[in-house]
Amino acid sequence: MYDFFFAPFIEHLFLKRAMVACMALALGAGPVGVFLVLRRMSLLGDALSHSILPGVAIGFFISGLSLTVMSLGGFIMGLVVALLAGVVSRVTQLREDASFAGFFLISLALGVTLVSMKGSNVDLLHILFGTILAVNVDALLLVAGVATLTLIVLATIYRPLILECVDPNYFKSVSGAGGYYHIIFLMLVVANLVAAFQTLGTLMALGLMMLPAIGAKFWAKRVWSMILVSFLFASSSGYLGLLISVHAGYPSGPSIILVAGVLYILSLLVGTQGSLRTLRAGKRPASPKIS
Amino acid sequence: MPEKQEQYISLAPQISLKDIQVSYGAVVALQSVTGTFPSGSLTAIIGPNGSGKSTLVKVLSSFVRPQKGSFSIKCTSETPSRKKSHIAYLPQSSQVDRTFPITVEELVSTGLWVQTKGFDAITPGSRQRIADALHTVGMKGSENRSLDALSGGQFQRILFARLILQDAALILLDEPFTGIDEKTVKDLMALVLEWHKQGRTIIVVMHDLAMVRKHFPYTLLLSRKVVSWGETDTVLTEKDKAHIPVCFHEADSYV
Repeated sequence: MYDFFFAPFIEHLFLKRAMVACMALALGAGPVGVFLVLRRMSLLGDALSHSILPGVAIGFFISGLSLTVMSLGGFIMGLVVALLAGVVSRVTQLREDASFAGFFLISLALGVTLVSMKGSNVDLLHILFGTILAVNVDALLLVAGVATLTLIVLATIYRPLILECVDPNYFKSVSGAGGYYHIIFLMLVVANLVAAFQTLGTLMALGLMMLPAIGAKFWAKRVWSMILVSFLFASSSGYLGLLISVHAGYPSGPSIILVAGVLYILSLLVGTQGSLRTLRAGKRPASPKIS
Repeated sequence: MPEKQEQYISLAPQISLKDIQVSYGAVVALQSVTGTFPSGSLTAIIGPNGSGKSTLVKVLSSFVRPQKGSFSIKCTSETPSRKKSHIAYLPQSSQVDRTFPITVEELVSTGLWVQTKGFDAITPGSRQRIADALHTVGMKGSENRSLDALSGGQFQRILFARLILQDAALILLDEPFTGIDEKTVKDLMALVLEWHKQGRTIIVVMHDLAMVRKHFPYTLLLSRKVVSWGETDTVLTEKDKAHIPVCFHEADSYV
């Protein structure tokens, strides 16, 4: 029992670090994911996660495998795409999702080109899939820093952010600041994706943000409880994913996301709020027979 | 509440429009609209589809900027009241996300935004005001219900409870009674009349001419331009009765 569940994390420093990184990611990305779901922006997170790639690649060109520079590059690029898309959708008649799609595709193609120009394929694989088992102290500090910042900022803008989601028109009629909260929130999304890309890779980063949050929708009726469930799902996905990865030898990033996926599907099936089970048990009237 | 009435009579703004013009692309929505909503007046805006009723209300609530012309919202006492806190605006079909996981109480409490902003606590006093407002709109005890569990009429009552909390001197309602059951319309109309009695300036986009005739002292008949604006009895005379359907029809054909 102990040998199976706990020993690996106590005996191996790299697993201990990976575990701490997952917990910190869960603390930051879990709540951010909940707001993405509630704002109906689940797929915009996907767009943003791809758009940080060229920034990371440029950072890699400038200073090699320096986490700080690569993260900064990714953060700036993600922010540029988010702001450009936001401005275009506000100035022209293009909707936000469409203008996001436009910019993130350009950004992704640019990123892949940059990486393949100079780096070997191994580098590309590292950026796409992450290397959670090689998390160093710098990476831990980054992840923990982003998680701390995320929780503080979310607590600060909690009420306006919710009001801006529920009733944007009303918020606009009482306060002119709605757009700023939107931008602050997008910055948090980008920061969390950057924190997650090192450990989970740009392809998987979004998984730990969205899957727990979507799953939480089937258990919680309030925003705060959704955030709590989302964090629990994200952190247990991290733990179980690493455990599976250790014992079965699967890659760590995808293992973590697959566990999150299993938790989501379980929630979909047996959750207490609007899951398939409650719909079946509900008072859906028998369809009238036509004779 | 005699003092309160007093206060609103002096605070309720008078709105003057001067040559307002709004167009969406090539489509002209409003053209040289000039006139005055007196302080403390209750005015119905009527007109055919696409006649610029909603646009005019959006101009007054600063959601749409006119291309030409200007308007002023002036209090009879010298207090400046262009501030957003003095204006309550209920859009035509509210874009409230009814699946969002918050309670009735939480939604209604956002009516206190001007006082609480982002951080201040909802005090026990405020909670009492929320409960009172829900009582007034006939939704007593529904504080902890979810938004998606409400019917259309109940939801409109909740939005009116929020208007009560906003406590604005200028209230703009865009077709508040469309698609709402009769009993709710009656209750909410009574509330509007109560606000009128308190001396607030109220502008309502309406479709139901019988209701306009019965309750609204002033009427603005709009068809991109001002067709007629004044006391309801004058605007909706027997003579014009024949005129209105014609003009409704005429503007409809442009849409």
